[in-house]
Amino acid sequence: MTSLPPAPTPKQLGLVIDLDVCVGCHACVVSCKEWNTGGYGAALSDQDPYGPNVSGAWLNRVHSYEVVPDGGEIVGESGEARIVHFPKSCLHCEDAPCVTVCPTGASYKRADDGIVLVDESMCIGCGLCAWACPYGAREMDLAAGVMKKCTLCIDRIHNETIEEVDRVPSCVRTCPANARHFGDLADPGSDVSRMVAERGGMDLMPEQGTRPVNKYLPPRARRPLAASAPGIPLAEETDGAKGFFAWLDGMLDRI
Amino acid sequence: MHPALSIILFTTISGLGYGLAAVLGLGMLDPTAVPTKVAHFAALALISGGLLFSTLHLGNPQRAWRAFSQWRSSWLSREGVMAIVTFVPLCMGAYAAIFESRHLVVSGLIGAACAAVTVYCTSMIYASLKSVQAWHTPWTPACYLLFSAAGGLLLGVFFAAIAGAGGALMQMLALLLLAAAWAAKFRWRREMLAMRPLSTPESATGLGHIGQVKLFERPHVNENYLTREMGFKVARKHAEKLWRLAVLLGGMMPALLLVAMPAASGWLAVALAAAAVAAHFLGVLVERWLFFAEARHAVMNYYGG
Repeated sequence: MTSLPPAPTPKQLGLVIDLDVCVGCHACVVSCKEWNTGGYGAALSDQDPYGPNVSGAWLNRVHSYEVVPDGGEIVGESGEARIVHFPKSCLHCEDAPCVTVCPTGASYKRADDGIVLVDESMCIGCGLCAWACPYGAREMDLAAGVMKKCTLCIDRIHNETIEEVDRVPSCVRTCPANARHFGDLADPGSDVSRMVAERGGMDLMPEQGTRPVNKYLPPRARRPLAASAPGIPLAEETDGAKGFFAWLDGMLDRI
Repeated sequence: MHPALSIILFTTISGLGYGLAAVLGLGMLDPTAVPTKVAHFAALALISGGLLFSTLHLGNPQRAWRAFSQWRSSWLSREGVMAIVTFVPLCMGAYAAIFESRHLVVSGLIGAACAAVTVYCTSMIYASLKSVQAWHTPWTPACYLLFSAAGGLLLGVFFAAIAGAGGALMQMLALLLLAAAWAAKFRWRREMLAMRPLSTPESATGLGHIGQVKLFERPHVNENYLTREMGFKVARKHAEKLWRLAVLLGGMMPALLLVAMPAASGWLAVALAAAAVAAHFLGVLVERWLFFAEARHAVMNYYGG
């Protein structure tokens, strides 16, 4: 059924992504592709994999943005802009537009834990769900002709045949910086919910009315560049030099 | 949005077919005339052809039958169901006209209503998507319905001309509907061009509280499914030219030809009507192309375009 289950679902499994911590290494991207090409559903195909126009279906991608603060100062040659690495996968929205547009019932949201999935045996590959998603979370697999999306590693998180520590999505398990966290966002006492409460976790594009389950933790405030400027050693500045360097500085000035 | 040829052809051709079916259902053409029988056949052929085109872009067309199941939530499913339902009164009407030379009033009216509902469902597939802001307006279904009606009336004028049966009422109505369709379309486009984007790179990343967000690096060097499907730009470059071409072919030319029709008779009238239908068809194809190519998808906020 592509009608949505009554909201909110008793559990809301999802991810919390810390934009302050992500270093943009793309390990989660690769690990996701590796796990999911052998896991749930059809393999994640690539087209022209060893050629110049390689492209394929990925369920998680990392964008990088430059954020220029309003009235940001320019000190020396450095601007105040900061780089934010931005991993993006399905947000498992409470009001998922990708589910309701599906004509076949292939796209659905699980009533118990809120995970949004595609039953590939029912998918006709019309692509309408990818159009309906404002986040670009769905990509068509051009070899299988079915829509692929993040399953929250449904074949890991409830899998009792693997070690307990591994029962989290592949991207979360892999992240070397610990920028990705998995848990139940419906439970206010869970680690992820506490993180969201403490750090002001936010929704992406709240104006689209999708009510995403995944939350993003904003980058922490940074000291303005000007505040750090006196500490920056400059080649022409020798004030405050001590010992051998003070002597050398004096000698070199004299000759 | 990428304008897939199969979808453009589907919406244009089936729109024309449903328009003609509605004209026939309302009994505007003489059911005893041979051209009317051909028109019934043509309407069914246009509708079926359009529906077949629509399956061309599917990844797994062999499962297309499943698309009839989710009419409770999905406009695409509703369209599929309505397309099949509409065939019943249309085929009944076609049978009566072709074999018995008579017009079935009740099934004709039901057929016309069903045709309108089907075109409405088609347009709502697009109008229901909040992620494509330009489409998410009641003017989208208005344009689809009016273009379908104008096209159907032009075809009606054409078949009436072959039958040599004046068709002054249909000419007037066609002129009226053409004007209404383009008025709605002008309104639609003005709204699109003046639109303040609902979503921005700042709201998409949630980083607006820090400052202005610019894409520094895409996740990958080459294009992917999303940028190919939602990030189409070719026609945007020529949008103004194409728009003028669409108005000229789809609106002004058929209107002028319609105005000239009362002065013509016999094969000249047929030729004028045929030219009007052809120009309108090409104009609506360009209009449909722009409908896709000019619409901006929210996901492009992540891709810097």
